[in-house]
Amino acid sequence: MTWGVVQVFADQEPHIPGKDETMIPPNETFYGALQKKGVTRRRFLKFCTAMTATLALPPRYVAQVASALEKTKKPVLVWLQFQDCAGNSEAILRSSHPSVLEVVLDLLSWEYHEIIMAGAGHQAEAALQRVVKEEKGKYLAVVEGAIPLADDGVYCTVAGKTAISIAKEVCTNAAATIAAGACAWYGGLVAASPNPTGAVGISEAVPEAKVVNLGGCPQNPANTAAVLVHYLTFGELPALDQYNRPLFAYGRVIHDQCERRAHYDAGRYVQEWGDEGHRRGWCLYKMGCKGPQTTFNCPSVRFNDSTSWPVKAGHGCVGCGGYNFWETKSPFYERLPNVPGFGADVSAGKIGIGITAAVAGATVVHGIASAVRDRMRTTPPPEKI
Amino acid sequence: MARIVVDPVTRIEGHLRIEAEVNGGAVTDAWSSGTMFRGIELILKGRDPREAWVWTQRICGVCTTVHALTSVRAVEDALGIEVPENANLIRNIIGSSQYVQDHVIHFYHLHALDWVDVTLALKADPAKTSQLAESISPWPKSSKNYFKAIQDKVKALVESKQLSLFSSGYWGHPAYHLPPEANLLAVAHYIEALEFQKDYIRIHAVLGGKNPHLQTYLVGGMSTSMDPDEPGATINPERITFLTELAAKAQAFVDQVYVPDVLAVAAFYRDWFGHGEGLGNFLSYGDYPQGGVKDPARFYLQRGAIFGHDLSKVHPVDPANVSEYVTHSWYEYGDGDQNGKNPYQGETKPQYTGPKPPFEHLDVDKKYSWLKAPRYQDHPMEVGPLSRMLVAYASGHPDVKPVVDAVLAKLNAPATALFSTLGRIAARAIEAKVMAGQVVKWVAELGDKLGHGDLRVHNGEKWDPDTWPKQAQGWGFHEAPRGSLGHWVEIEDQKIKNYQCVVPTTWNAGPRDGKGQRGAYEAALLKTPVADPERPVEILRTVHSFDPCLACAVHVVDARGRKYTPVTVR
Repeated sequence: MTWGVVQVFADQEPHIPGKDETMIPPNETFYGALQKKGVTRRRFLKFCTAMTATLALPPRYVAQVASALEKTKKPVLVWLQFQDCAGNSEAILRSSHPSVLEVVLDLLSWEYHEIIMAGAGHQAEAALQRVVKEEKGKYLAVVEGAIPLADDGVYCTVAGKTAISIAKEVCTNAAATIAAGACAWYGGLVAASPNPTGAVGISEAVPEAKVVNLGGCPQNPANTAAVLVHYLTFGELPALDQYNRPLFAYGRVIHDQCERRAHYDAGRYVQEWGDEGHRRGWCLYKMGCKGPQTTFNCPSVRFNDSTSWPVKAGHGCVGCGGYNFWETKSPFYERLPNVPGFGADVSAGKIGIGITAAVAGATVVHGIASAVRDRMRTTPPPEKI
Repeated sequence: MARIVVDPVTRIEGHLRIEAEVNGGAVTDAWSSGTMFRGIELILKGRDPREAWVWTQRICGVCTTVHALTSVRAVEDALGIEVPENANLIRNIIGSSQYVQDHVIHFYHLHALDWVDVTLALKADPAKTSQLAESISPWPKSSKNYFKAIQDKVKALVESKQLSLFSSGYWGHPAYHLPPEANLLAVAHYIEALEFQKDYIRIHAVLGGKNPHLQTYLVGGMSTSMDPDEPGATINPERITFLTELAAKAQAFVDQVYVPDVLAVAAFYRDWFGHGEGLGNFLSYGDYPQGGVKDPARFYLQRGAIFGHDLSKVHPVDPANVSEYVTHSWYEYGDGDQNGKNPYQGETKPQYTGPKPPFEHLDVDKKYSWLKAPRYQDHPMEVGPLSRMLVAYASGHPDVKPVVDAVLAKLNAPATALFSTLGRIAARAIEAKVMAGQVVKWVAELGDKLGHGDLRVHNGEKWDPDTWPKQAQGWGFHEAPRGSLGHWVEIEDQKIKNYQCVVPTTWNAGPRDGKGQRGAYEAALLKTPVADPERPVEILRTVHSFDPCLACAVHVVDARGRKYTPVTVR
């Protein structure tokens, strides 16, 4: 065997029991491995169902997902961190269904990820080099953080090498690259004006890489897991929009899925933080919510084991799933901010654009209607536009 | 003499490079370098101060929430806003639960593999592991069958030949001393802690909408509306019950898993009470107000500084005494690089003068890091859980002192043993225990307020920027899990004019200053033994004991500073 991972263990052969026992054959399956760990078929199918639902696939695909995973030998994944905050790594650590252990150990062989991998320094570099060489064209790469291009890339180095040189080597040799979060997608906050380090996203830094963008700050790990499972099941990435974001996660406007939508339709708005409307869970549109301008599946998938999402917790959406939200959605507390090209975020195909155009229209109408109602009801509070 | 380079230092946040000279099996000199720079403060210039927290929170996703809190406090300080008691309480719950979350993840997922040889777990007798577990803790997951199942999982992983994250470890290194049974116990708890952290952090999902990057802060309070009768309110009786359950579970996990594990592992590595001593100077801004941020005397964790290992005196702290040097950092000051500057006068012009990548070594005699070197009254200081616990201990904190004394008694060590690599690990566990208890208390207090109809979460008097003075400046602080964090903000014409952050890992991981004084990592690495320069696990032990977070540390740029100054690359 030429597996580098085995070579590392070869130094400590005395520590490996079962060396002479029957090894798992090289074509061991994902489900077979799970069975050995005592995972029941029922639990396995439950997982497949959850993934199928997140991907918005018809239920008949459950069997296909299950059968694909049963046959799959664990593909290799490497996770690169550049000008990042590690928020996307932390998000994956909080993944619930599947859990991080299932993602990292069972679904995939996760061989490089600085924030949590065992080895450091030379040993870490060797692990990455082995994957690039021996798994060429077969492994998945995840990129987190922006890549600085100014001044020959000196603003981010790992092992003395620039982020851009590492990204080129790793992502051009990968089967596909997942840009996790806003920074890896288009540079994110790091690229916000005046972009001091010339930061860009992975697609711009390495145009030849095959990239799927998971916007968000951070990305939602439920979507990331679903993209991985889709890839394992069908051998290709899910359907993408013009920003190369998966449609299943970015195909619908937040406002349309929002639990507070009925209040919007009825003209019930929060007017001040902590007021009666705020306590009763009314619409946050007047407090600057960017839900009407953003496509993302936060209201349905939510975060942290589906516990909550920002609007449920009483604060407006800042539009983090959208392209260049730092520049286009800020100021975050202004209603109908002065966004060049209102609705520019909506990229999820014609349906999304149609919906948003309607929403944009409705937004204005509702704003006026609500102001009228305010005047009829009580003394209106001074309104800031 | 060998020059060891560890880059990337993994199991940390961000990009850290350590270069060390090793002579006679021990480190004789060390240099700590941050190798990534973003420039977030420059990006903040001209934006609405009310949303600065959304931006600064992205300084770090591991220390998520801490920069958000510090930022709203800085703006509130500048504008003279007092937040309602409920908002302070909710912030205290978020902050203290972040300690518990972060410290557990640090011990098991970022640090344990420096002490635990995963492969040795395969040699363990599950029955004896069960005995060991039951001898140190009443934690119920301790049966022979449980540990057998964990061992089988490890075995299946090894046999699959796809070892994932564990493929590159220093397994078999002579510095690993734990018996196989303790290794198996640790591996089991590594897995349990992964489950724990994702469940526990739902406290932040309830109070922050999501984690990482909570989204409920407001200048003037919190957006978490409270109402005892409204299902649509963020905080209602059902949510309080949920928070109460999570807080109680965390307390049990810390008391019955984390703390016993630290004590058990420490008992096998007592020699590490003698390594990694470091500077002997400790700083804490103090935190967890119980009567407003202007009243440090009533903070739950005290404000203070300790110099020269002297626990008999806790000195007062004034942020005016903070300065930053760039003598060995890739920046330049307008009036020369030899002197420090207070953050209100701070400036930062990035000026990379290091070797052209790809490179083998840094030129450590000159500039060698993207971190500045912060100093307090010109002294290099260590910050973090050890500093907080020492300040609390030396101040006679009624909750902290008994726990510190109990831990020291259990390990048969004097208080001076805390000045060490192992001392940092112990202090973090002690703090997690104390703060897990506070989460329980503060959640109960919040429930009490809700029940009594005290529902105010936001002070909106100064929400409208038209009510602000033309100019204002303020300082916000927080004792983040990794130590003392300060934001300095200047506001002019309703916009951010200048923003500066001096963060925990800049204190700890910063380079030498104008006088050549080493930073905390550099000092702590001196005399660290290195058995095998090819596999320097001992260097990782001491560096990891600080819980490095480089994204926080390297981002500083002054709003008056640069835009693409010419860069000389040699």
